[in-house]
Amino acid sequence: MQMADREVLVEVKNLNVTFGKGKNAFEAIKDVSFEIYKGETFGLVGESGSGKTTIGRAIMRINEVTGGQILFKGKPINGKISKDWDREITQKIQMIFQDPMASLNERAKVDYIISEGLVNTKKFSNEIERQEKVRNALLQVGLLPEFASRFPHEFSGGQRQRIGIARALVMEPEFIIADEPISALDVSIRAQVLNLLSKLQHENNLTYLFIAHDLSIVRFITDRTAVIYKGNIVELAETEKLFSNPIHPYTRALMSAVPEPNPHNERSKKVEIYDPTQHNYEANPPSFVELEEGHFVLANEEEIARYRETQKMGVTS
Amino acid sequence: MGETQKKTKILSIENLVIKFKLRGQVLTAIRDISLDLYKGESLAIVGESGSGKSVLVKSIMGLLDKNGYIDQGKILYNDNDLAHFSTEKDWLKIRGKEIAMVTQDPMTSLNPLKTIGKQIEEAVVLHQGLTGKDAYEKVLQLLRDVGIHDVEKRYKQYPHEFSGGMRQRIVIAIAIACNPKVLICDEPTTALDVTIQAQILQLLKNLQEKYLLTTIYITHDLGVVAKVADRIAVMYAGDIIEYGKTDEIFFNAKHPYTWALISSLPQLGVKGQELYSIKGTPPNLFKEIQGDAFAPRNPYALKIDFVERPPYFKLSETHFAKTWLLHPNAPTVEPPETLKKFFEEGREYANG
Ligand SMILES: Nc1ncnc2c1ncn2[C@@H]1O[C@H](COP(=O)(O)OP(=O)(O)OP(=O)(O)O)[C@@H](O)[C@H]1O
Ligand SMILES: Nc1ncnc2c1ncn2[C@@H]1O[C@H](COP(=O)(O)OP(=O)(O)OP(=O)(O)O)[C@@H](O)[C@H]1O
Ligand SMILES: [Mg+2]
Ligand SMILES: [Mg+2]
Repeated sequence: MQMADREVLVEVKNLNVTFGKGKNAFEAIKDVSFEIYKGETFGLVGESGSGKTTIGRAIMRINEVTGGQILFKGKPINGKISKDWDREITQKIQMIFQDPMASLNERAKVDYIISEGLVNTKKFSNEIERQEKVRNALLQVGLLPEFASRFPHEFSGGQRQRIGIARALVMEPEFIIADEPISALDVSIRAQVLNLLSKLQHENNLTYLFIAHDLSIVRFITDRTAVIYKGNIVELAETEKLFSNPIHPYTRALMSAVPEPNPHNERSKKVEIYDPTQHNYEANPPSFVELEEGHFVLANEEEIARYRETQKMGVTS
Repeated sequence: MGETQKKTKILSIENLVIKFKLRGQVLTAIRDISLDLYKGESLAIVGESGSGKSVLVKSIMGLLDKNGYIDQGKILYNDNDLAHFSTEKDWLKIRGKEIAMVTQDPMTSLNPLKTIGKQIEEAVVLHQGLTGKDAYEKVLQLLRDVGIHDVEKRYKQYPHEFSGGMRQRIVIAIAIACNPKVLICDEPTTALDVTIQAQILQLLKNLQEKYLLTTIYITHDLGVVAKVADRIAVMYAGDIIEYGKTDEIFFNAKHPYTWALISSLPQLGVKGQELYSIKGTPPNLFKEIQGDAFAPRNPYALKIDFVERPPYFKLSETHFAKTWLLHPNAPTVEPPETLKKFFEEGREYANG
């Protein structure tokens, strides 16, 4: 695959997000850079609290960017931008939020929630078309069209999550940030939603930033994956490479903990623990290096040498 | 956990029916469920989104939404029928102290205006009788137990300053702080990465062993189920359509819905191809359901499935399934090939 030839849709450059000021300042995202190609599914995985949602919200322009830049189709989307560009990205970039209940307007009916964005961007020509769009959006995510007249609290957790998905899809975006989009769904509806996302990807060349804790799903659906630890990306590679050949000790620990649907394997499993003090970064600071084509790791010189060595020994095919 | 049938019952649900009033219409969310819970066991409830898992456990806590009500049946706990509790005063004897719950939406069970330290401390003071410095230290310990760092600083922060998974862990800390006898966890680890998830599940398991805590897990993650559950109950459209010991469900499931559920696992899929998913939509709960609720989506459905609701058929002392396929006169039906392989591999592990 010639990745260099591929069109970059989203570019995150030296992103820093700091919450609070002065003594209370907390650097949630330190210095994160990555590119997402048009038409791919880019996975973002990592510990709870590592900054995944913060990155998503920064791209959505909900979280203020403290440093660095975010580009969409080569143009900055943060800071001062023109009205037209603002309107365009408001429609073209959509997010499926992690906490469905908190992100749905409790006082509004589902019909309103799903078509709110359509109304704001005038993406329909008449009332019948609007209703048809809402109806389709509901059916696509396995909900009954009759649900349109109900309020969010009258639904189950997974049903609410699907309302959030329907609301994003109905906008016909080009880029979707999906933050744990299927965590509350049973495996069958998960499969249905994943199939739907990849169908839309093939038909409309959609691009996804896919945040999830369930690594079996990440492995199944993403093309490339970045692993984030405490506001830094520690490893980035094609998904299959990352899973079959994880290099950074944090990635390795993460992989070893993936639960399997088998009671016997699951109970006898040994989980690797990541000890962040193992690096000697004070004396010998790390950088983000490309160990093999498209496979990046955060490491210092001594570690790079060691990883290269094990790589060579580990080459099996 | 072995012989569940010899254990003491701690909670008994009998013929429970739960309905919701919705602008003039009535929706039946729980359709005649009976279920026993044994002291010290860990039961997993799995099943389709919208099948009634949360409603079922909320009814045990008296937390049904205002438009919901128990239409029939009993919920027996310690000589009390919780189905007949009507006042908050009644419920306060049970809630937290006897039965605690980690709800599915962590944000809705946290008070946005209070620091999380204070919120955990309230439970510690109320249920563990600690005060002052002891209570404070206990809160810090609980925060550490659920994998939160910088606990002194975190104590003073508000819910919105936490990530999704951190909030979920705060809710778990509050539930544990109550020292309950029964702990209900509704999707307790969905927002957690696998390492923290393993830590939380281990923590809950330790409590289970140390205090003979009884736990109910609701989760869509069959990996979690495989790790923690002694028994599994599978729900579809307001009914428990199959239940059994963990091995019995994982390697010898009999209801076609359970088959379909396991078949949809990404582990059984091939990258680049469609994942298996159940065709069609679940039944409309406003309407009365005829026969087996899964019949219209069930490729193995028999004629009788559309007419008469199947009873439980017994497969072992611990394993029961509601499908006419188990009737002696029914034709023999095998699960799909990929699933058969999954069952066989699983059994090999079990024996090898
Ligand atoms: N508004 C805020 N104010 C202060 N701190 C915040 C705020 N939002 C997030 N944080 C902090 O930033 C860090 C990253 O949070 P973020 O929500 O991005 O994590 P995450 O990777 O999405 O985690 P999870 O998997 O648990 O959802 C956390 O330590 C969190 O406490
Ligand atoms: N307040 C309410 N009013 C009307 N219907 C409701 C209400 N709460 C829940 N329901 C309905 O009851 C059914 C069962 O909901 P429940 O929340 O128990 O599902 P669940 O099995 O927990 O699903 P999930 O896995 O998606 O959380 C659903 O069809 C839901 O729409
Ligand atoms: Mg998050
Ligand atoms: Mg639920």
